[in-house]
Amino acid sequence: MMTNLTDLTVAEIRAGFRAGEFSAREVASAFSANVASAKALNAFIVETPDHALAAADAADAARASGDLKPLSGVPIGMKDLFCTQGVQSTAASHMLEGFVPTYESTVSQKLWDAGAGMLGKLNLDQFAMGSSNETSYFGNVISPWRRGGGDNAPLAPGGSSGGSAAAISARLCPAATGTDTGGSIRQPAAFTGISGIKPTYGRCSRWGIVAFASSLDQAGPMARTVRDNAILLEAMAGFDAKDATSLDLPVPKWEAALSSDLRGKKVGIPREYRVDGMPAEIDALWEQGIAFLKDAGAEIVEVSLPHTQYALPTYYIIAPAEASSNLARYDGVRYGLRDLPDGAGLQDMYAATRAAGFGPEVKRRIMIGTYVLSAGFYDAYYTQAQKVRTLIARDFERAWESCDVLLAPTAPSAAFALGEKQADPLAMYLNDVFTVPASLAGLPAMSVPGGLDSSGLPLGLQIIGKPLDEQGVLNAALAIEERAGFTARPERWW
Amino acid sequence: MTESTYRIQGATGEWEVVVGLEVHAQITSHAKLFSGASTTFGAEPNSQVSLVDAAMPGMLPVPNGECIRQAVRTGMALNAQINRWSRFDRKNYFYADLPQGYQISQLYHPIVGEGEIVVTMDEKDPDSATKTIGIERLHVEQDAGKLMHDQHPTRSYVDLNRSGVALMEIVSRPDMRSPAEAGAYLRKLRTILRYVGSCDGNMEEGSMRADVNVSVRKPGDPLGTRTETKNVNSVRFVMATIECEAQRQVDVIEGGGKIVQETRLFDPDKVETRSMRSKEDAHDYRYFPDPDLLPLELEDDFLEDCRRSLPELPDAKRKRYEEGLGLSAYNAAVLTAEAETARWFEALMAEGARIQKKSEGEVAKASANWLLSELFGALNRLGRTLDDSPVTPERGAELLALVADGTISGTISKQVFEIMLETGDAPPKIVEERGLKQTSDTDAIEAAVAKILADNGDKVAQYKGGKEALFGFFVGQTMKAMQGKANPQVVNELLKTALG
Repeated sequence: MMTNLTDLTVAEIRAGFRAGEFSAREVASAFSANVASAKALNAFIVETPDHALAAADAADAARASGDLKPLSGVPIGMKDLFCTQGVQSTAASHMLEGFVPTYESTVSQKLWDAGAGMLGKLNLDQFAMGSSNETSYFGNVISPWRRGGGDNAPLAPGGSSGGSAAAISARLCPAATGTDTGGSIRQPAAFTGISGIKPTYGRCSRWGIVAFASSLDQAGPMARTVRDNAILLEAMAGFDAKDATSLDLPVPKWEAALSSDLRGKKVGIPREYRVDGMPAEIDALWEQGIAFLKDAGAEIVEVSLPHTQYALPTYYIIAPAEASSNLARYDGVRYGLRDLPDGAGLQDMYAATRAAGFGPEVKRRIMIGTYVLSAGFYDAYYTQAQKVRTLIARDFERAWESCDVLLAPTAPSAAFALGEKQADPLAMYLNDVFTVPASLAGLPAMSVPGGLDSSGLPLGLQIIGKPLDEQGVLNAALAIEERAGFTARPERWW
Repeated sequence: MTESTYRIQGATGEWEVVVGLEVHAQITSHAKLFSGASTTFGAEPNSQVSLVDAAMPGMLPVPNGECIRQAVRTGMALNAQINRWSRFDRKNYFYADLPQGYQISQLYHPIVGEGEIVVTMDEKDPDSATKTIGIERLHVEQDAGKLMHDQHPTRSYVDLNRSGVALMEIVSRPDMRSPAEAGAYLRKLRTILRYVGSCDGNMEEGSMRADVNVSVRKPGDPLGTRTETKNVNSVRFVMATIECEAQRQVDVIEGGGKIVQETRLFDPDKVETRSMRSKEDAHDYRYFPDPDLLPLELEDDFLEDCRRSLPELPDAKRKRYEEGLGLSAYNAAVLTAEAETARWFEALMAEGARIQKKSEGEVAKASANWLLSELFGALNRLGRTLDDSPVTPERGAELLALVADGTISGTISKQVFEIMLETGDAPPKIVEERGLKQTSDTDAIEAAVAKILADNGDKVAQYKGGKEALFGFFVGQTMKAMQGKANPQVVNELLKTALG
């Protein structure tokens, strides 16, 4: 029986390709065909089958000469927040529509150096600001998932890495890059029944990634299995002298050290994550996760992270503050959109360009950020938020005295319908309630599928680890993955 | 230390002027503060711009260690506190010459804290009064690009070559009380920067410019409201700015008006300052720590290396020249006023000591005198400076050695020097080829003396009759007959004998 190549994981593609069961070109062609036939999902802003095929041909040649690289034969999707040389890079904004970088981001370059090829640039929330993909200038991604029982309401794939999540779960690519500022890898992974890890802040270079909030932005992989995440992360991580916040540490062999044996490990359950109004299904999922980890040999302990309730407001001060400054460079002077009305001066050009180039959510955050940094409000907001951020990090440090990893839900609900929360930014921001604390503390955190809700939609469990302990996170996630036996996949309707 | 007596005479009496300076000094470095791009002045527009300087999407700043090192060394030379922990902040504002939309600077935690500079009102007058001017802080920041308004009738062009170049902002206390004090402070600061090598101090090329804070008050009153005149680019203009701005403030106040805290511009053609923007229109810069950069933490080894690499500074050098080398206070002051002069002098002296096998102290005075009178005179005449002097310290030392060992006379040395300036030849070669060697050949001199006395019988008689001043005439005639090459001492002795 002929294997369906697009159902294979990265590890399976790697093995089958090396064993000569199929060629890299066959793999790239199969995924490219899926990409081409899935326009209804709007997961890609740009498709680059030629890039994927060229890498595949190089991989096939390398196999012939016995000179294989870690990701030879593996095509992936690239979130369109990464600048890619010669390929339009937009951050899903009108501002950067048509912008073609002359340079390649460090992370994408590392992936190409490892032998991977690019199927295309994946849609996202504009400038990575959003939790539903509805802020993209190029139209929202539609989740391949649908609720059971004949409810055909189009669902949000999550955000901001919604294109990555949708494409992987719909088998348009076996893996993709994401970026996570407050949950942008983990929440869409949870919404689409796949896995994704945000490594420790500083593991992956930020050079060449369009900045949202510099002190929080981290690149990470998204894929269908924990192992695939480990494989991708090894290729993406590593010191980069071009990023002053990059960690000068060797990259561990995460894949080789994968182990779901958690005997001797302690898993902390943060008391404060049991928020009011949390759906019973989420609670049940969490209990199920606890049972999985116990079964893997871990000891379960309750821990307290007392400043959790302040994480969301803190995040929504710091991230917009940094964004308001990071996005000042989009001014119409040097690249990207320029709107120069007749007879306009410099200030008019700024106003017109930025009014036309940024969507409403981006404008909202720039205004919030400008406000919290302005004279007279700086101390009350920004300084205070920085202090709380320190307290939140300290909460985690105390927790590590009694446990090795933390287990929590990834999001407070399953995927919601497109449009459902769009009118209420606060309700949308609440989606990040479980993911932002780890972001503020710079900790590695991963979402792994835990099960389905009553309407058949995926739910994710989140593992948060100590600084630099991606291994502990991956191992606990693997223990859940093995026990959850998550095989559900969206039924094709697109 | 003396108090300035500079006053502005107003209709209501005397006014005192209070001045503080914020000096922007471009750090001498081949690369910009946060990118690897070159910093060469005068290159084609936009030819020295990296992706970082143009603020392309996803680009990140990485601090240039050399710029940090120069800032720390400068702080040390200003006797200032070096902050082991400092941080970069973003100063946010929109302008076409500012690609990032913010300038990376240091507001909250500068790399250098309080220091001071001792200035001498007249550097060349050893008895001139001195005054200590406080330094509030020194911080490191990026320069902006440059707008060009003359390339197109309706549009402006942007040159980003300067964008991201490293500056030190050196902020003084409001300790100056006159244009002269401000001028002396600027000159001394420039001297120190040049000694340290952290800035070339070239105000014409814009590598050093000053924001001038001026206020006026009746002596003894609290500080008045100040104005800040931006980007003044010469010592003379800074002094002129203070003069005209202080006068303007006095006129405004005495006319019943109030001084508005504002930013002004100096117009060198009209010699006046003009309002640029008032405090009400001032930007809200929304400073906050740059999240792309970690705080700067300076290690002991780094600080020690900075300290060891500091040269002898002007005040110490001047003292050593006076006390150690026995130079006059005036000569010591002039020789140390510019780093390049001191370097030239020390090379001249070292080479002279080597050739003559003497100590530096023994050749110091002759070296100083020759440099300050002969060499400086010649350079002035030629419109040159020490940097492009046609004569090297080595050649100068050779010339002085020839005088010292009696090979040529002082008079002939001037002639040799002129030839050196023209040909660039070595002094021994010139003396040899042109037969300028001083002679002590008594026979030849005796013959010349005999002839002169014979030709001037009347003067000999007058001399012998008591008109001893004529001795100089005989010396002159003899030297002339010997074409200046006779050893003056021998001439003297032979003449005395011959004249009885």
